[in-house]
Amino acid sequence: MKPQFLVHDSKDNVGVAVTDIKAGEKLSGSCLENGKELTLEAKDAIPLGHKVALSAFKKDDNVTKYGIAIGHATQSIAAGQHVHVHNLKSNRWQ
Amino acid sequence: MKKHSFLGYRRPNGTVGARNHVAIIPVDDLSNAACEGVAGLVGGTLPLPHPYGRLQFGADLELFFRTMIGTGSNPNIAAAVVIGIEPNWTEKIASGIAKTGKPVESFSIERSGDLKTIERAARAAKSLVHKASEMQREPVELSDAIISMKCGESDTTSGLASNPTCGRVTERLVEEGSTMLFGETSELTGGEQFVAERMKTPELKKKFTDIFNGYAEFINEQEADLFGSQPTQGNIRGGLTTIEEKAMGNIQKIGRAKVDGVLYPAEAPSGKGLFFMDTSSAAAEAVTLFAAGGSIAHLFPTGQGNIIGNPVIPVIKLSANPLTVSTMSEHIDVSVEKILTLEQTLDQAADALMDMLLKTLSGRLTSAEVLRHREFVLTKLFRSA
Repeated sequence: MKPQFLVHDSKDNVGVAVTDIKAGEKLSGSCLENGKELTLEAKDAIPLGHKVALSAFKKDDNVTKYGIAIGHATQSIAAGQHVHVHNLKSNRWQ
Repeated sequence: MKKHSFLGYRRPNGTVGARNHVAIIPVDDLSNAACEGVAGLVGGTLPLPHPYGRLQFGADLELFFRTMIGTGSNPNIAAAVVIGIEPNWTEKIASGIAKTGKPVESFSIERSGDLKTIERAARAAKSLVHKASEMQREPVELSDAIISMKCGESDTTSGLASNPTCGRVTERLVEEGSTMLFGETSELTGGEQFVAERMKTPELKKKFTDIFNGYAEFINEQEADLFGSQPTQGNIRGGLTTIEEKAMGNIQKIGRAKVDGVLYPAEAPSGKGLFFMDTSSAAAEAVTLFAAGGSIAHLFPTGQGNIIGNPVIPVIKLSANPLTVSTMSEHIDVSVEKILTLEQTLDQAADALMDMLLKTLSGRLTSAEVLRHREFVLTKLFRSA
């Protein structure tokens, strides 16, 4: 089956939608590092290319993609929610 | 390992080109009108108008000369006509290009005016076009080519698919003995430590780190928030949120290759292998600098659909974003969207990109060439005097 989201690294806590996802959709995904199949329920609509939380975040938790921190959560985020500029900020150029 | 060849033009200094332009090069903004006048009269010529070349000084002037001489020296240019307002800087650029052994003619406008200059330059250009059109393509080794790469209007599909495809091609070309250029200093922020670790010697690592830190200090001095500019509004629309995320996607383009050298803007590489060049991340500025450094073709992965081209070197676009591939199909040379649905492997995508690269080097026109994208944009370091 074609995945609806992909994950770069097994340490990542966000995935990338590879198709437009509707809120409430049951999703299947794949980790590019180890080929592991993943499942998740979307809490928000997530446009193609945008990130989805794989687990819950507290405010200030690091968001990990490519196996490294790409920034931190600016508010709590539930698994399945959309992760973007409204709840994720760079750790650089502060 | 398979050695590839293509049909290219062998230049007097041994370099190989993928195009055979007769360039009409203005030294300064004032000479654009005469250059375009010549190009309007003489078929088969390529004018390179630009807005600078007056009252520049110091490092900014050095970069200007390096870029203009480098552009004229590019192996894709068979011959050049250089036109400037006065003879001194005109001769400096013309003689710099002539060191490659290719034919160069130069003209200055003061004490002649535009019309006489255009007539003389047009007669010279006509003769150069005849000579250039007699040159034949011949089989040349891909290992003699310099290829550059830079992505633009990136999104998360760039980091997932189009940039890693470019990375596989980089690994293959470096192993084959070709020369590859990458850059985009600002866009390495958050991934700079990974690039630093790829430097082959401690000296290179220090040179790279000094260039990167110098850039970071410049940003701090401006007291500006780069968000919205870097990542760009297009990046954000495509799902990229932070500079670290963008940088990690960006550096996929070099694959697992090690870095053999660090270059200043528009500097030509001293040997073979993978070279970092200090460039802006703005597409047209970076590709112009790579071409001045000797690149003869450019690999350009895009997510949201950057449509850049260059007058001197073919720019090959690849994209994995299905929306971009379907809505902007006339701009995309290679689609790698099936990587996202796991229906295509990175190696299969790299095969397709290699095939397009070899065809393009042998004469196939890219989408950007057919659509007449000729963005020639000089990098300026600071205000003129």
